[in-house]
Amino acid sequence: MAVPTYASPLERIWHYAYLVICGLIFFFLIAPIVVIIPLSFNVEPYFTFTDRMLSFDPEGYSMRWYRSLLTFGMQNPNATGWAFWSDAWANANWIKAAKNSIIIGVFSTLLATVLGTLAALGLSRPEMPFRRLIMAILISPMIVPLIITATGMFFFYSNPCEMLGVVGLPTNCGRLAGTYLGVILAHATLGIPFVIITVTATLVGFDQSLNRAAASLGAGPRTTFFRVTMPLILPGVISGALFAFVTSFDEVVAVLFIAGPDQQTIPRQMWNGIREQISPAILAVATLLVIFSIALLTTVELLRRRSERIRGVTPR
Amino acid sequence: MANALDPHAAIATTASGLTGGALRTADGRPLVRALARSQKRARRRAFLLVLPLLAFVLITFVVPIGQMLQRSFYNDGFSANMPQLSQWFADHPRGTEPDEAAWAALAADLTASAEARTIGVVGTRINYDVPGTRSLFTSTGRQVRRGLEPPYRAALLDINDDWAEPRLWSAMREASRPVTGNFYLAALDRSRADDGSIQQVEPRQRVYVMLFMRTFWLSLLITAITFVLGFPIAHLLATLPMRRSNLLMILVLLPFWTSLLVRTTSWMVLLQQQGVINDILVWLGVIGGTGRLQMIYNQTGTIIAMTHILLPFMILPLYSVMRTINPSYVRAARSLGATSWTAFRRVYFPQTLPGLGAGALLVFILAVGYYITPALVGGSSGQLISNMIAMHMTDTLNWSMAAALAALLLAAVLLLYWVYDRMVGIDNLKLG
Repeated sequence: MAVPTYASPLERIWHYAYLVICGLIFFFLIAPIVVIIPLSFNVEPYFTFTDRMLSFDPEGYSMRWYRSLLTFGMQNPNATGWAFWSDAWANANWIKAAKNSIIIGVFSTLLATVLGTLAALGLSRPEMPFRRLIMAILISPMIVPLIITATGMFFFYSNPCEMLGVVGLPTNCGRLAGTYLGVILAHATLGIPFVIITVTATLVGFDQSLNRAAASLGAGPRTTFFRVTMPLILPGVISGALFAFVTSFDEVVAVLFIAGPDQQTIPRQMWNGIREQISPAILAVATLLVIFSIALLTTVELLRRRSERIRGVTPR
Repeated sequence: MANALDPHAAIATTASGLTGGALRTADGRPLVRALARSQKRARRRAFLLVLPLLAFVLITFVVPIGQMLQRSFYNDGFSANMPQLSQWFADHPRGTEPDEAAWAALAADLTASAEARTIGVVGTRINYDVPGTRSLFTSTGRQVRRGLEPPYRAALLDINDDWAEPRLWSAMREASRPVTGNFYLAALDRSRADDGSIQQVEPRQRVYVMLFMRTFWLSLLITAITFVLGFPIAHLLATLPMRRSNLLMILVLLPFWTSLLVRTTSWMVLLQQQGVINDILVWLGVIGGTGRLQMIYNQTGTIIAMTHILLPFMILPLYSVMRTINPSYVRAARSLGATSWTAFRRVYFPQTLPGLGAGALLVFILAVGYYITPALVGGSSGQLISNMIAMHMTDTLNWSMAAALAALLLAAVLLLYWVYDRMVGIDNLKLG
């Protein structure tokens, strides 16, 4: 990206202007995420930098919003030591929300990943009939606006069996709205496109002759899958699973429509916090989530590199 | 020369001439049939792998949406609970004055419905068309349970004069058929007049068409802005050496991986009147301390936050296409005397079009359906059609209206999705 030697002075000026413009756009992308991190340590309940913060006075910073996160919903926030932590674990709203988010995220990810990986294996076979149509259906949860999906799910999960009776399935079961199972199924549906996309992308470069080689050496289909195919596509499967997990971890519309008070997740708790009266404690949550996404991003990037290395795809 | 014992000759005859019978497998079956069978088996195996997921998605996603859409043209809240009056409407054409038989049917249905405690459902259904009538039904319901004496017209008017209202009767007529296109008419700001003709609603009630237009206009605007901002970034990333571009790529991927709510919250914090941006502007002296800009809870907030959230969806497809563009084409154009602008316009830019199409369609599709961000930072002027669907779902409980609006939005999105599939191919969708 150097200026070519034949460039005219005007082109040189444009080149540097272009770099400045790119810098500004990068700033636009990243600044909103970075700026909330110092603000979350603000000692005052303001959403802007105070003079004390700008002069790097340690007095201007505090952990009070992180503490208020923990104590929100606790029965006795003034307890000390073990009593404090066990109270927080059992009662603090944000901790409950985090537990719910993790439970729902893990199970919906498992479901989406297992079903999605199997389907991606089928879809990448050359013999697969109606490939394009089925792919379009499986990806559609990502494309259909969430509000429409959530609206449909709202009716369906309120009375799943009556709804399924229309398509000829048994009609004796209860309501799924307001249960963990309901939210897990809904989130699995939303996570599936991500698993399909990442695993199919991994399988594009997959060398089918490896499978044939394994078969010619006497391995059965199961051995071939677990000893040859699986290790090769594992990075793709894991990053698909991470995408599905993040989707569930970040999802709020379906939760608003079908979850009950027991399934309060972190995004829903944030949504309530932002709608009612926004307190800087939200910034503390946001900061923790940013750190979480940095960790995820790093993992996905490492997986991508590993996948390229073992598949022998050299980065361009 | 051909000898019966010469294996080469035998193969030659069976393979070239169709006369000597078909090729056979080791166990003696014709090869064509064996091949067809094994291909069929392979197809079935591939399909069986996909089947569990396909069934899952059909049950938890396609069927629910289909049934939700059914509500947009089917609502039996009135007709199922008011059978006699519905029958009277079916027997008498539009414009007939309600006679005593009609009033008797109304009274009988009201009594039965009040007994069955479904009067609230009936009232809600009529309330969609004539706001404020739900309480008329429920309060009348309480009174008719004590018993009504004929003549019913006088008896009902005794309870409440509003029962004679012609608008109420025409709304009941419309509601007496469970299958109706009226919700779609309403979603297009139209309604049916007493004589059955279709007319526009009063100007101050025309909200939906305006909201659809706003949704499409804002999505278009946001797509354009993400293109303007995303193009230089994608170009820079694609032309830098891999090491440096990977480093800068993190700046694009971090927002992509950061929670939507976190990013929306950041913008709320930044754009507030007492927030960071206003503080900086005051400090710089651009605006006075009293003239702080209102950048949030209006369209500006929606545009800024959504642009930020959707920008990576433009950059990533553009980047992956630009990576594949051979730089020697531009150099060739320059060596043939093109200025850098001409080389860009005539040689480089046309090659980026597939990425541009993919990114623009993706951003537009996602923008059209956005709900969370406009709800939080949009105020009243930054709301999109999704917010209206949510309002009908949770506040007014007019689910049929929500479904009709959702159907129109869904139709638009699926059309774009189809275009995307034709142009880009969903298999080429990449993440990160």
